[in-house]
Amino acid sequence: MSPLAADELGALTEAALDAASGCQAAEIRVERVRSQMLRLHDAQPETKADGTDFGMGVRVIDDGAVGFAASVDVRPEEAARLVRQAREMARVTSHAGGGRVELAPEPAHREVQWSSAFVVDPTSVPMADKIALLAEWSRRLDEREVVAHTSASLLTVSEETYLADLNGTRATQQRVRLQCQLEALALSESGFETMRTIAPPVGRGWEYLTGAVADGNWDWDAEIDRIPELLAEKLGARSVEAGTYDLVVDPSNLWLTIHESIGHATELDRAVGYEAAYAGTSFATFDKLNNLRYGSPVMHVTGDRTVKHGLATVGIDDEGVAAQSFDLVRDGILVGYQLDRAIAAAMGFVRSNGCAFADSPMHVPIQRMANVSLAHSGQNGPSTEDLIGGVDRGIYVVGDKSWSIDMQRYNFQFTGQRFYRIENGKLAGQLKDVAYQATTTDFWGAMEAVGGASTWVLGGAFNCGKGQPGQIAPVSHGCPSVLVRGVNILNARAEAGR
Amino acid sequence: MIPAQEVVETGLGAASKAGADGCIVLVHEGSHADVRFALNTTTTNGVQRSRDVSVVVIAGDGVATASRAGVVGADGVTEMVTDALADARQSPPAEDAFALVDASDGAPGRRSFDQGPEETDASALDDVLSSLSGAFERARARDAVLAGFAEIDVGTLYLGSSTGLRLSHTQPTAAVNLVGRTADGSGSAWVGVPSIDPSLEAMEDEIWRRLDWAKKQIALDAGRYEVILPPSGVVDMMATIDYDALGGQDTEDGRTVFSKEGGGTRIGETITSLPFTLYSDPDEGGVECRPFVAAGASSSEVSVFDNGLPCPRTDWLRDGVLARLRYHRAGAAKSGATMAPYIDNLILRCGLHDGGSVDDMVARTENGLLLTCLWYIRTVDPATLLMTGLTRDGVYVIQNGKVVGAANNFRFNESPVDLLVRATEVGTPVRALGREFGEHLNRTIMPALRIPDYNMSTVSQAS
Repeated sequence: MSPLAADELGALTEAALDAASGCQAAEIRVERVRSQMLRLHDAQPETKADGTDFGMGVRVIDDGAVGFAASVDVRPEEAARLVRQAREMARVTSHAGGGRVELAPEPAHREVQWSSAFVVDPTSVPMADKIALLAEWSRRLDEREVVAHTSASLLTVSEETYLADLNGTRATQQRVRLQCQLEALALSESGFETMRTIAPPVGRGWEYLTGAVADGNWDWDAEIDRIPELLAEKLGARSVEAGTYDLVVDPSNLWLTIHESIGHATELDRAVGYEAAYAGTSFATFDKLNNLRYGSPVMHVTGDRTVKHGLATVGIDDEGVAAQSFDLVRDGILVGYQLDRAIAAAMGFVRSNGCAFADSPMHVPIQRMANVSLAHSGQNGPSTEDLIGGVDRGIYVVGDKSWSIDMQRYNFQFTGQRFYRIENGKLAGQLKDVAYQATTTDFWGAMEAVGGASTWVLGGAFNCGKGQPGQIAPVSHGCPSVLVRGVNILNARAEAGR
Repeated sequence: MIPAQEVVETGLGAASKAGADGCIVLVHEGSHADVRFALNTTTTNGVQRSRDVSVVVIAGDGVATASRAGVVGADGVTEMVTDALADARQSPPAEDAFALVDASDGAPGRRSFDQGPEETDASALDDVLSSLSGAFERARARDAVLAGFAEIDVGTLYLGSSTGLRLSHTQPTAAVNLVGRTADGSGSAWVGVPSIDPSLEAMEDEIWRRLDWAKKQIALDAGRYEVILPPSGVVDMMATIDYDALGGQDTEDGRTVFSKEGGGTRIGETITSLPFTLYSDPDEGGVECRPFVAAGASSSEVSVFDNGLPCPRTDWLRDGVLARLRYHRAGAAKSGATMAPYIDNLILRCGLHDGGSVDDMVARTENGLLLTCLWYIRTVDPATLLMTGLTRDGVYVIQNGKVVGAANNFRFNESPVDLLVRATEVGTPVRALGREFGEHLNRTIMPALRIPDYNMSTVSQAS
């Protein structure tokens, strides 16, 4: 699980940290990240990619400024050279002016060995086996008359990382994750429709695709069997009438709304302006901590880097901070932010809550999203059917598709895989051309009920983007089904002037 | 590290020795420097050196690829070739299989394969860094804050094949983004330039001009407005055509805006009444890019078998008519279409239409909005290529030829194809940087467009 042998890592550490003597802080990260991508079109392999990134990066805080340098040449003398280069970058940027960078203190964690929970590293499975599995699933879809074309994709990642810092932490970690999706397309005289699986990406191994459902793995057979009939129904569905509807939102859709309207909005670096030039800022500014009504009193949101199988779960973050769990919204009130060490120090927090991440050894760690999750309402809380039963005229939203939100995380618009009319507490067939649009605090303020534990699902994404140079991060979001009253629904065809 | 050329030759030699039926080795040598700033202070920075190696190995009808980022020497590339060959022998027949490109058919390179890689380093940022401290002081004096990012990347690609191709290409890519915000957050402005050595003072001046416009705030409702969409915004909307609508296979499947009802594609159909030509050309002045195919993995539009093929100028739209979709050779042969590879630039022109600069177009506007840039643009409906997104960092109200204040931001729902259909005026095409997609599609030349009825779907409270 280590990117290099222990003696080699020791030599790199010694070279780097000796060269960093006198810096306020310094760390060296050595990482080996294997990523595979497989895509099939109509059950035939279309894309097969298998890549490994290996390298090291050093970050220093010197002269009150950050310096970063990275190289694929992983040797002790190169590590020392990188530190000197990073110190020079810090010196030059320090002279460009501005405030001094400090890091919030973090205790040394000494020797840490950590691994995510998995049985079989998915990158270790032969590509031929992966092709065979996806081809078989694709053919099962293709056999159905309604299906004109299929696509299937599988992303698998294995990360082996090492971090050593001046503080004394030496962390060796391994994480794996995978994302598998199948989509069927149907044609009609009026155009086309698609239906995609809603299985979430997870921090699990190959067993997620082939293991027992009783062990927490996905029931692929059941979902693949349903896709054609769901697609046929969507193809014949009537177009939605734009207006205001009550929504019951399934976790397979809600995770993305949480990601965009809570996850990013509660990143403190954004809230104070550090992302103003790119990802944006946040309406949840620092002066609103402990007084912003984010949503209704049934809204409780946590950030964590600890949930089992979470995509953002780690043992130690990329600044040497131990993984934690913390409140972001409690009883509908904003009570916390996601932090890295620099922003924690700058804004008066005694400690970072462990949200630093770099997507490669070639990139500097920045504040990235923890697993941000909406709490359910307990073991006896309502089922999704119970929530639907409380709606006279509404829409039930399942699966994610399109998403967009403004640079302060106010105004969002989402679509989904499928939308069902709700009439008098019952589902009454699918609708199409649906998009829902709202302002963040209005939407969460209108959340009347959250489902019970039985509805809670850990969703997420592989590809959250932030920072310059651009970095991507995997992140999970757990949530139950919810009932939201009075949401604006658009008809996508009408918006296009059709 | 052994030179890139030696990695190529070692990989090809290993493939031949192991009995592969064909092999391609690509080595990308990269160097990069960047600096980021926000709240009138520098925040992060970095310098990086990288090497990425990809191998494509063919065994019978099967093909396998592998890539590594890191120090890949003789042993490393040999191991990659050996593993890929084993994988290829187990692989089903490749759908995109085609004869590898011969040396005689390959693109003429702009540089010799024997030349070493070109590089950049932190000194490339000297001009920006030396200007920043003065810029921060001026911002403080105006009770404003600056944020931004400057980066330069220089990559040199080496491509060799078992059929004798030896090609090399160097690609510099750079950009400087500058955002100014009033301290109270009521005004925000952005300027982006696809160069590492722009005049930061000129960029600043434009920021201050726009923040001065924003001193008067005008609240507007959602609705349809006459809009001047500046070149940056046009880049981002045309990029969505490039990404989501030009795939030949996807279009034949029936899943793009250029799919024909009942099957087939709309090639040959008149799309716009104005004579728009949307094209890619590796030799276009100011946006030159790699003139040959280089692919480490196949996709629906790009094939590893096409590595080394020349990339000629390709008109996607020609004088308003859909002219070409993207195919690799195998896909084109299967569909009876013309092969058209991915090319890393995008240019939009409109015959002899030349409406001048954005300022010229503002001066001819009685009532309308001047946008700065677009953000978070995502597909709502691929059948119409309806995109949703938001205005960002400045929506300005124009009355009688002058900017009279700044309006609130909006969420829009628009199709880039429909924008070309409805455009009533086309500005002078200029080198432009898309705010959202500029980091992926840096080399573009676009005009401003006047759209008489831009669909602002709702108001965004973001400022």
